[in-house]
Amino acid sequence: MIRPALIALLILIFGVLRLSIENALTEEDRVAYSYQVNLRLELREQIGQLGFIAALSGFRSLAADFAFIEAQTAWERTEWSRVLLSFQEATTLQPHSLLYWDMAAWHMAWNASAAASHDRTLPTDFLRRQAQRQYIELGKNFLERGISNNPRRPQLYESLARLYRDKLRDHATAAACYRKAASLPGSPEYDERFAAYELSYAPGRECEAWQILRSLYDRGPHERLPTLLKRLKFLEKKLNLPLQDRIPDTQM
Amino acid sequence: MQHPSFSPFRVAALAGNTFTGLVRLKVFYFLLLFALLLIGSSLFFARLSFQAEFQILKDVSLGAMNIFSSLLAIVATAQLIPRDLEERTIYPILAKPVARSEYLIGKLLGMLLLLALGILAMTALFLGLLFFREQILLGETTRSGLPPAQIAAAIASLKTSAFNLNLLPGILLIYLKAALLASLTLFVSTFASSNVFTSVTMVFVYFIGHLQATARTYWLQGHSSGWLAHTFLGLVALVFPDLQPFNLIDDVVAGTAIPLALFAKAAALGCVYTSVYLFFAWAAFHEREL
Repeated sequence: MIRPALIALLILIFGVLRLSIENALTEEDRVAYSYQVNLRLELREQIGQLGFIAALSGFRSLAADFAFIEAQTAWERTEWSRVLLSFQEATTLQPHSLLYWDMAAWHMAWNASAAASHDRTLPTDFLRRQAQRQYIELGKNFLERGISNNPRRPQLYESLARLYRDKLRDHATAAACYRKAASLPGSPEYDERFAAYELSYAPGRECEAWQILRSLYDRGPHERLPTLLKRLKFLEKKLNLPLQDRIPDTQM
Repeated sequence: MQHPSFSPFRVAALAGNTFTGLVRLKVFYFLLLFALLLIGSSLFFARLSFQAEFQILKDVSLGAMNIFSSLLAIVATAQLIPRDLEERTIYPILAKPVARSEYLIGKLLGMLLLLALGILAMTALFLGLLFFREQILLGETTRSGLPPAQIAAAIASLKTSAFNLNLLPGILLIYLKAALLASLTLFVSTFASSNVFTSVTMVFVYFIGHLQATARTYWLQGHSSGWLAHTFLGLVALVFPDLQPFNLIDDVVAGTAIPLALFAKAAALGCVYTSVYLFFAWAAFHEREL
């Protein structure tokens, strides 16, 4: 009887000893953005019983993949509500996969919204436009949540910039998103240029846009791409700049 | 003649015998299942975008590696001691004289060798298939007729999506998790009445181990209501191993950059767990009446 009690005591002592080490490791893990999904009740409601069990047994990525495949299948059948639910499940189970956030946003803001704008089951144009706006908003929401889960990775900022540019026609916010992406490690060099292009379309920001584009132009021939030259010329004309401030026409 | 109290040769002989015994049980058949799962999933997911295809291929392969190695560690280790007792092979071994610590270390090492070979074979299959798919897609991209700049960008993106060096330490953690489970199973089997009991207990330990970090956080932050719940959470945190640090591979596949120091710490934790549970197994076994 003494031996089992002694072993039980040893197990508890080992538990106490490793407590601080495990806590430090969990904290470090969380800081590195790889902390496990916080298993709250809302999560249980969102991901269903099977997904929850998978999350508990360390197979949340696999469960997220199944939800993603389910979303793809629902997309092929144009079942938009199912696409939305499946992507919610996938992104909840694996919030660090940019692919899920990006695809979810694309399906909602581009595909589902386009489908809603032609949905003849909705009786009026007003309702169709409203449904279209709601899907775009859902896409934006996916990207914003994706960014809050992966704030140090530029890809989702780029996607959000595209959404603001193409779907909401908000060029100033698109420029801000590209600028944020450009400031992050691992971002492609075109993000800075794209931020300037977008700003050049934003009403009232032409002067600021011209200054940025001009500074890019002054960096050398590698930055003097056709779109940059075209936007510079457009702004020079719009701002009615004196000739000495303009780039030579031979550049075009 | 005086025998040394501990001999690495005796341990090596026991480990070799254990390994041979396990191989004779045809446990490597699971590799066939693994290969089929891999090839099947690769053919099925080829219709997705290459990022999705690679992510799912990696998730499926590493998830299968995780489940196969954990199951193998639990099921095969659970029957090591009961089988020796049933076949009465344990009596001549321990009468040689072989110390019980040597017997347990030999058994565990044999099991770890089997797990290492299994994981190596699965890794080779997985990386081979990943390379094969990458080469096919690279060929398709090169022949796509796009402008050179776009082809270069597509190839760079493809290569980033396919192989990631962080996969290797992630796979090592899968092995260490299986080693931990094998060691803990050996400990449970030293006092368990049957291998079914050991296996079922270990399956529960496996599930609770993935919840341990959550229970620990709730316990330490005093979120539980009532002393009963608080005591229960405390017991879960102190008694069960934390298996979450060994699941870093999920985030490696998702593209998160994991610092190497974090891998090293998780690996060190795995080694400590395995050694301590082996010590517990010895403590429970060394004066047990057989």
